Amino acid sequence: MHRKSVSYAKWGYIFIAPFFIVFAIFTLVPLVSTFYNSLFENYTVMGYQQIGPNFVGLQNFSTIFDEENDLGKYFVNTFILWIAGFIPQIFFSLLFASWFTDLRLKLKTGAYKVIFYLPNVIMAAAMGMLFFTMFSQNGPVNSIYMSITGKDAPYMFFTHAGSQRAIIALINFLMWFGNTTIMLMAAINGIDPSLYESAQIDGANPTQTFFKITLPLIRPILLYVLITSLIGGLQMYDVPQIITKDGLSCDRTSMTVVMYLQRYLSVSKNYGMAGALSVILFIVAAVLSLLIFATVQEREPKKKKKPAAKGGK
Amino acid sequence: MAAPVDAVGQQSNSRTLLIRRIVCYVVLSLFAVIALIPFAILLVNMTRETTEIQKGFSLIPGDYFFKNFKTVMSKHDWKMLNSLKNSLIISFTSSLLSVYFSALTAYAIHVYDFRLRKPLFTFILMIMMVPAQVSALGFVNLMNSWKLTDTFIPLIVPSIAAPATFFFMKQYMDSSLPLEIVEAARIDGSGEFRTFNSLVTPILKPALAVQMIFTFVTSWNNYFIPALILSDKNKRTLPIVIGIIRSADYASFDMGAVYMAIGISIIPVAVVYLILSKFIIRGIALGAVKG
Amino acid sequence: MANFKKVLAGSLALCLAGSVLTACGDKDGESGSGGKGGSGGKGGSSYTYSEAANKKAQEVGDLKQQKADRIEQTAEGSDTSKKQLKIYTWNDEFKNRLRAYYSKYDKDASGMTGEVDDQGNYIVGEHEYLTDGTEIVWVTTPSADNAYQNKLDTDLAAQAGSDDKIDMFLIEADYALKYVNGPYVMPVSELGITDDELADQYQYTKDVVTDSNGTLEGVSWQATPGLFAYRRDIAKEVLGTDDPTEVQAAVADWTKFDETAAKMKEAGYQMLSSFDDSYRTFSNNVSHAWVNSNMEIVIDDTFFTWIDQTKNYTDNGYNNKTSLWDDQWCADQSSAGKVFGFFYSTWGIDFTLKGYAGDDLFGQWAVCPGPQAYFWGGTWMCAADGTDNADTVADIMRELTCNKDNMVAITNGTQDYTNTISGMNEVAADFASDFLGGQNHIALFSEAAPKIDASKLGPYDQGLNESFQAAMKDYYLGNTATVEDAIANFYKAAVEKYPELKVPTE
Repeated sequence: MHRKSVSYAKWGYIFIAPFFIVFAIFTLVPLVSTFYNSLFENYTVMGYQQIGPNFVGLQNFSTIFDEENDLGKYFVNTFILWIAGFIPQIFFSLLFASWFTDLRLKLKTGAYKVIFYLPNVIMAAAMGMLFFTMFSQNGPVNSIYMSITGKDAPYMFFTHAGSQRAIIALINFLMWFGNTTIMLMAAINGIDPSLYESAQIDGANPTQTFFKITLPLIRPILLYVLITSLIGGLQMYDVPQIITKDGLSCDRTSMTVVMYLQRYLSVSKNYGMAGALSVILFIVAAVLSLLIFATVQEREPKKKKKPAAKGGK
Repeated sequence: MAAPVDAVGQQSNSRTLLIRRIVCYVVLSLFAVIALIPFAILLVNMTRETTEIQKGFSLIPGDYFFKNFKTVMSKHDWKMLNSLKNSLIISFTSSLLSVYFSALTAYAIHVYDFRLRKPLFTFILMIMMVPAQVSALGFVNLMNSWKLTDTFIPLIVPSIAAPATFFFMKQYMDSSLPLEIVEAARIDGSGEFRTFNSLVTPILKPALAVQMIFTFVTSWNNYFIPALILSDKNKRTLPIVIGIIRSADYASFDMGAVYMAIGISIIPVAVVYLILSKFIIRGIALGAVKG
Repeated sequence: MANFKKVLAGSLALCLAGSVLTACGDKDGESGSGGKGGSGGKGGSSYTYSEAANKKAQEVGDLKQQKADRIEQTAEGSDTSKKQLKIYTWNDEFKNRLRAYYSKYDKDASGMTGEVDDQGNYIVGEHEYLTDGTEIVWVTTPSADNAYQNKLDTDLAAQAGSDDKIDMFLIEADYALKYVNGPYVMPVSELGITDDELADQYQYTKDVVTDSNGTLEGVSWQATPGLFAYRRDIAKEVLGTDDPTEVQAAVADWTKFDETAAKMKEAGYQMLSSFDDSYRTFSNNVSHAWVNSNMEIVIDDTFFTWIDQTKNYTDNGYNNKTSLWDDQWCADQSSAGKVFGFFYSTWGIDFTLKGYAGDDLFGQWAVCPGPQAYFWGGTWMCAADGTDNADTVADIMRELTCNKDNMVAITNGTQDYTNTISGMNEVAADFASDFLGGQNHIALFSEAAPKIDASKLGPYDQGLNESFQAAMKDYYLGNTATVEDAIANFYKAAVEKYPELKVPTE
């Protein structure tokens, strides 16, 4: 065993080389230059007058952390918009995945799987547009609303913080629940079917089977879903951008961090402030991933035991 | 396999099963309808003209389908067919590169025992969380200075390093790729590269297919980076062209064309998805876990 | 190791809890339900609106931009570039004018048959040519999200050292001074066009593109005076007449306008559709530019009149709570709408309104001058410094903006109001628009155009007007508790866009 790992180690480095070389060139270098920019005053006036780069130390950071700039609010917005979509997403995906893979139910699932995934193929901006149409003052949702309630004025979905956020969350949910369902199905299908068969013989009901067998065994994929969803959440931009008109509507209650970042780039190319904001976003992302990584590591010993137990069977 | 087990159950069991089945179908159908609503709006509005669309939505299709199609296809500023081609090239090559090299990297971390294995794994997990927008600034400047703007290289090559795909592959290997298979191959005298290419990739097929779809769709719908890199009208991708059609001002604003363009952009993806989804479902059933 | 993890997890939890708490604190302050005391307590904060500070900033005097020095061209245009006329634009309007009314446009070589598409744009081949074989290369970038200006800025910055020269670019009034006082434009006089040739153009169209040294840097073929367009059927029902003179009497100043709005409401109609409909009639009649010479943002007193009016209209249901270009705003112009009128300029009446009105309301609209003179829109042509087709650029400018016969032909052919005073006066003498029920609206335009005052325009108008309207919408809808909160949001948005601007302090 020891001799083997010594002789094959070089293959490890060879196989990971393309990934890390490309990463270094196309991500690491730009990342470092972005961070470097955060220490400078550097923006454009009137499209031609370049101000800076002048070294200003941490001044951009202190400006961004200035209470008046509401950075905390944008992080909270991002979190609310993410979690409001993620909770129903994970709930329904788990439900559907367990139905789809239930040996006793024997549902005809082909069409559902295809349909559930379909919203994901529409680009986020277009999805935002379609929902804007649906919920607009003269859209179909409002005509149903008016005919049910008998009111003669439409409900202004995009001028109330709550409904605006709900629509963004709904879009995110709709775009991703099919994707997650497929992912979880793949994981559940990967579980040894004999486990279910023996559970069935032992008289376990579907709920018990789900919580005792399925859920623990698909934990790695659940974690994957959580992480990718968090990444997506942190990067949320297109959908709220379309729905909220640059995030300004409703007192900026749906402005996400990345939308805020874009505000510094669109007109003045303010590399200093955008750089500082990028550093903060990076730190938050790093902290989140560390947190998740710590949870993975803690679960690792348990996970190692299981295959061993299974092998012994 | 399950049939004999069912036979053991009692009559009342099959009745609750029937009820459960009905509940499932009702709920599933409800969600299917919700998932299809955006498509319904899209399809109807593809057949209508701007003023009809602005007057409010109705389920009755208009008769502007062919006109909208002709507008979208024939306008020289938009070069729809050309951008369709560009999007196909970029999405296909980048999804291929992404799944292959991410699987290779995950395989290296999964199978080989080398000193940097743990730290590198942690490192990839860390960078996975970094939003693309964070480095976008530096990325565009760098591509500018290397004269790579208005080329596809900045949109294709970076997909070799796809942390999210890597992580999925790693997770999949943890559950479905026993090291014994690799060791057995070595005993048979198979080289390391050959083992990966001809023995491991078939086992990974379901995971590769799933990730291929995901990365294809992500790349296909990507607007943020391409919009910063591509400005030549012969190089534009579909989302950029849709953005242009959509942001036209009053003098050439055409909602019908916008919906048509979105519709055109969705069809190829849906086709790719439909082709690959059958393959995935079949592949998953043979999950390598049983090995 | 396990301990380390616990410490790590604990500290992370603390961090998160901390950030959530502070963030929640922020949120309470903003919801404004009674939390005004909280944000007031900060004192001297950077985005706080103060009436006294604003007044003081008004007295400083408008920003006088320094005309930037032109940049020496370090590269000559290549042979290809010399045979290409490269024009930057954001839409198809100018293209169609050039195609139809520039005598040296080669219709055959360009594949132009005279057919138009749904939007009224000529159908042409992929490549377009002038009769001397020069190819016209259009670089079209929509103006949304500042994309057009960003593209223009990047490419103009590279012009001096590039062998692929930009020959001409188009600009709008709201940001014209940014380019007029910038380094990338070639003065009109340098193209050989004399003041005499331009004498028949409306003064305001020249003011928009005159730099801080008094040099004219661009020209326009159109003038875009605005009017108030109203529904004849609603006017008859509520005001008892649809005669433009009598309706004008009912909207002649803002007091009368408001009274009429109340009558409309009583009869079940809305005076205006959006929050922004009347905005331009105010923003064109300010006594201070948006930015003063200290680079401070100045809010003109006129805007407070607009805010009070629009808040009042929103609260009383005098408007339909839409925004410009919303689907509902567009639908309000059709027979399904219940809105009395819209502030629209030349193109808006003859193109946009006509389109939305459809067959149902054809002949059912009329126009009157409204409470205040204003303009909306317009496109100016600038020669790019370093152009290697200067003669062609000059020739296009002459034919499209100085040739009276040609311009009158544009007006007759497209209903576009052109920039020839004598020509328009002649057309105005005898004109009837079928869409407006036979009304001679050109006569109204020709009366309104000389009254337009563009002297308070500044380079920041577009960005600041946009941000200001967006911020005030929150106030009208009750999403921000007070005007001051909404103004604070406006300041914030303005400084994000323009880091060089300052919020006035006492």
